Amino acid sequence: MGFALKKHPVAIVVYVVLAALVVWLFLALWPQWLVGLIGPKKVFVNTIFNGVTLAGLYFLVASGFTLVFGLMRNVNLAHGSLYLFGAYIGYEAADLTGAWLIGVAAGFLASALVGVLLQFFVFRRMEGDDLRQTLVTIGISIVGADLMLAVFSGNTYQFTIPAWIDGAVPTPIVTAVKSDGTSVIMMYPLYRLVVLATAVAIGIALWLLLNRTRIGMMIRAGVDDRAMLSASGVNVHMVFAIVFAIGAGLAGFAGVVGGTALSIAPGEDVRYLLASLVVVIVGGMGSITGAAIGALLIGLAEQVGLAYFPTYGVVLTFVIMVVVLAFRPQGIMGRAA
Amino acid sequence: MTVLDSKSVATPMAVSGRRLPFDAGYLLLAIALLLYPAVASPFFTFQIGGYTLILGTIALSLMVLAGYGGMVSLSQMTVAGVAGYTIAIFGTNTSGVMGLGWPWWIIVPLAIFIGAVASALIGMLAVRTAGIYMIMITLAIATAFFYFVRQNYALFNGFNGFHGINPPTALGVSWRDPVPFYYLALAVATFFFVVVTYAQRSTFGLSLQAIRDNPRRMRAIGFDVAAHRVFAFFLAGVIAATAGILLVWFNGQITSGTVDVNAAIDVLVVAVVGGLRKPIGPYLGALLFALLQNFAIDLIDPERFNTVIGLVFLVIIFFSPDGLLGLWEKLRTTTMNKSLRPALRRKPSK
Repeated sequence: MGFALKKHPVAIVVYVVLAALVVWLFLALWPQWLVGLIGPKKVFVNTIFNGVTLAGLYFLVASGFTLVFGLMRNVNLAHGSLYLFGAYIGYEAADLTGAWLIGVAAGFLASALVGVLLQFFVFRRMEGDDLRQTLVTIGISIVGADLMLAVFSGNTYQFTIPAWIDGAVPTPIVTAVKSDGTSVIMMYPLYRLVVLATAVAIGIALWLLLNRTRIGMMIRAGVDDRAMLSASGVNVHMVFAIVFAIGAGLAGFAGVVGGTALSIAPGEDVRYLLASLVVVIVGGMGSITGAAIGALLIGLAEQVGLAYFPTYGVVLTFVIMVVVLAFRPQGIMGRAA
Repeated sequence: MTVLDSKSVATPMAVSGRRLPFDAGYLLLAIALLLYPAVASPFFTFQIGGYTLILGTIALSLMVLAGYGGMVSLSQMTVAGVAGYTIAIFGTNTSGVMGLGWPWWIIVPLAIFIGAVASALIGMLAVRTAGIYMIMITLAIATAFFYFVRQNYALFNGFNGFHGINPPTALGVSWRDPVPFYYLALAVATFFFVVVTYAQRSTFGLSLQAIRDNPRRMRAIGFDVAAHRVFAFFLAGVIAATAGILLVWFNGQITSGTVDVNAAIDVLVVAVVGGLRKPIGPYLGALLFALLQNFAIDLIDPERFNTVIGLVFLVIIFFSPDGLLGLWEKLRTTTMNKSLRPALRRKPSK
């Protein structure tokens, strides 16, 4: 610590001040001039909370996307369709059994299965031909979206949040003090916090899988040199199938989790495909950490845009992408191609 | 580096003084296209003929980028949309938003210019990466533009967009009528077709194809690779923007749906299905697309059009990476004299 302080004294002081400022923004009662400047504290804190929880959801979707890309150099533009497919299957399963957790599992498994089938029947047949693989996934997403529209119609589906994670919980944040001296404590939906916690848990699990297990070692070796991995006796196709199953399954998992937080409807596939694209472009392709950073930036930008400049919200997301591309074309955590 | 390496095999043939496109086939095609309105009903002239030419021209702009530049862009519909919105905003519309009512001879060049500049800006972002990264970035740009116009009511009138946009009555002709509109679209398409065919063999066209084949070597011998690519985006933008103006006149309206992700992907589908190696490819693809769009409803549920077009797209990619053009050439090669075959047989370089 002392060494770091000597090496970057200015940077560390700036970080500490920034961190203190953020803590103060959340914990302190806002003075009148600040309220006049950016509106009530409740809106601000809610926006940040929403942004971070949305980031959790985006991370779930984008981590699968980036994992598949990192290993197979395959931009799976049907990733949004896998999200929507998982959500629909999960909904049907939860509706049938009455258990939400079964729906989550069904969403994961259904998308994972489709992912393996895709890998087996499509991508293996055109290995090394990036452009064709990408075009095929576009074709699949067109057909997939249309068939899902045919089966599930254009209605909006809404999961019932199970009772044990429904409702709002108090947070230790005081948004205002009433005239009689009692504090107004901010409440926040428990489910959204669960989504965030799940995303963090999945992120850690992925990191452990990639960095601490044998299969993770194979995957990382495959990213670096596919031919060499194959030469050392590893069944590369098996590794590919596993990665594709995890990546696609995560999309389906996110479909159920996200569909519960928001809703499921046609068009969501495009929305989450865009989110995944922007997240991995910003964060750096093939990097789990990058996906987390990208998701956080994009989730916050989207919610801040929604709350403070509604019609130009998308532009904010876009500006982040442009700035990152201008200074780091490979993304924040990406390695130069 | 370049994603279209396997297509580059065609270049030597194209470069080494192959016959100019004034052979009998093109002459017959030109005559047929000129006489087409005389035999076709107004529906076929306008809905099939006009639409094919417009869609084909937009796809032509993608073919220029992808076929000659090795850059697959999914934002060509966005560029066309930018030009269309320019027409709606600066010209007249019946939606009661914007509509500055400027005359057509100002807004048409303005729309082409704004569209081309937008394309160049997209290009400046996109050329920082290559291959599949570029597809992702241009798709992200296209989607962001779609969400932006859908949410913005002050300038773009949001979800509803602009209606009642008519082509001008100029030179005593009402360009809204099927036959004049068809000839207008035909003139634009022919112009860009000829320009692209010749530009391919210009110094710039050759440099662009060389950059597609080996950017590193071109950089080493002193070419500004990024500038060439951005300029290609600018030129493709001129093509797409002009077609975008025709498209907004054709539809009489422009909404956020005109520039949505499906539309952006349709352009890619058209170009790939037709074939990315020659300028005629996009028009072939557009013809098939327009026919399917109008007549698939006779065969199947109209709601399932996307399934049909998606499956056609998948089949073409699986069996003929060079699209309809590739199928045609395969057919010609197999029917040719056996002794000629080895010379013509192509093997993808990868």
